Amino acid sequence: MSGFDIAAALVKVLLVFGVTMLTIMLMTLAERRVSAFMQYRLGPNRVGFGGLLQPLADGLKFLLKEDIIPTQANRPIYLLAPVIVMVPALMTMAVIPFGAPLQIGEHLVPLQVADLNIGVLYILALTSVGVYGLVLAGWGSGSKYPLLGGLRASAQLISYELAMGLSIIGVVMLTGGLTFGEIIAYQQETGWNIWKQPLAALIFLIAIFAETNRLPFDLTEAEQELVGGYHTEYSSLKFAMFYLSEYANMITASAFMVSLFFGGWDVPFVDELAMGGWGVALSVLAFVVKVGFFLFLYIWVRWTFPRFRYDQLMRLGWKVLLPLALVNVVLTGFWLVWRAGA
Amino acid sequence: MIGDYLPILFVFLLAAGFALGALGLTHVVGPRIKTRVKLSAYESGVDPVGPTHSRLNVRYFLIGLVFIIFDLEVVFLYPWAVIFREQAAQGPFILYEMLFFLVVLLVGYLYIWRKGVFEWE
Repeated sequence: MSGFDIAAALVKVLLVFGVTMLTIMLMTLAERRVSAFMQYRLGPNRVGFGGLLQPLADGLKFLLKEDIIPTQANRPIYLLAPVIVMVPALMTMAVIPFGAPLQIGEHLVPLQVADLNIGVLYILALTSVGVYGLVLAGWGSGSKYPLLGGLRASAQLISYELAMGLSIIGVVMLTGGLTFGEIIAYQQETGWNIWKQPLAALIFLIAIFAETNRLPFDLTEAEQELVGGYHTEYSSLKFAMFYLSEYANMITASAFMVSLFFGGWDVPFVDELAMGGWGVALSVLAFVVKVGFFLFLYIWVRWTFPRFRYDQLMRLGWKVLLPLALVNVVLTGFWLVWRAGA
Repeated sequence: MIGDYLPILFVFLLAAGFALGALGLTHVVGPRIKTRVKLSAYESGVDPVGPTHSRLNVRYFLIGLVFIIFDLEVVFLYPWAVIFREQAAQGPFILYEMLFFLVVLLVGYLYIWRKGVFEWE
């Protein structure tokens, strides 16, 4: 790698990290404001400009709270668990392309931190690492509610991980590659994958709601049954880290969904690559709008559907989504073979 | 090749630094007034009763085992899916191979279903 590449990579790393953090902060505010509007009330609107500085005030308050480490907790595991949850959550955004390649002088800079040849697997692998954090948090707290919450979280996350992994296979078969560059280029040529893989898109959408522990799948932190789930014994910024990771995961999952099924930064019927700087700006805007829609969908669904029971959750994951995802793989296979033969 | 992963290293260092920094900062900044009750396990305000790590429902372990089997299958499908389009151009054999594998797996899946592993009462 040349010096220019390394400098560009550093700038992009900082940019993506900063924008992700900013989006998480805005998302915590949006969650409360949108929820409030859906319930015909105002929500936090006093701090800063119409409530815009509320996340900062929240963060400061978390920082100034007492850092409690319960006596019965397993200290190393208890302290490491939030880190294990947070690091993968912040790392996954690195492979998502957020705009068309930018021409700077003679260099063509892809707007993506790293276009790994195993991009899709990279995200799946890192989200699996996050599961360890939840289980260890529940186990290391040395308390009953967190232990139950951690167990539920692990069983739920691994169940829906299968459906998620299988639903992506259809897209991989169409594209013939695991890099996000190829997946988006393919969709630019032949139209968005949602039209060819509607079933996979639906399964993937349901699975990412379960993977991010959001309603209607938030059984891991069902307040009425488990107090708070795996993070019951956590206080101060350690507690906040679990929430930040959850929002970071929501952002990554939305970006993942957009990249796989909705063309990433692609705008239909427009050739961004031929438009120079304006094309790049347009593509970034398209990406932000699409991801923003799915983030809004998370909040919208939260106030629309009631929570599942645990047996219903397991039934949906293992008896419905898993077979459907397999059927989708087989159907995609037959379709591709038929098309290759025709 | 390995150079592709250099930005990932940057991201890792930044994320780990942020997480560990937050952990350390909150430990230093916050007040520390320890009492026995505050440091005990939370059980809705009552003194903790019985051992924490008691026996767990066996279904969690079953789900874990079944997950490993099916996750290996998913991992097995990925390389197949990547080369599928090239191979399908030369005939449908690649599809039949995987169908055979899936049928074998289906037998196991139906067995697990009939045994009631997915039932949570």
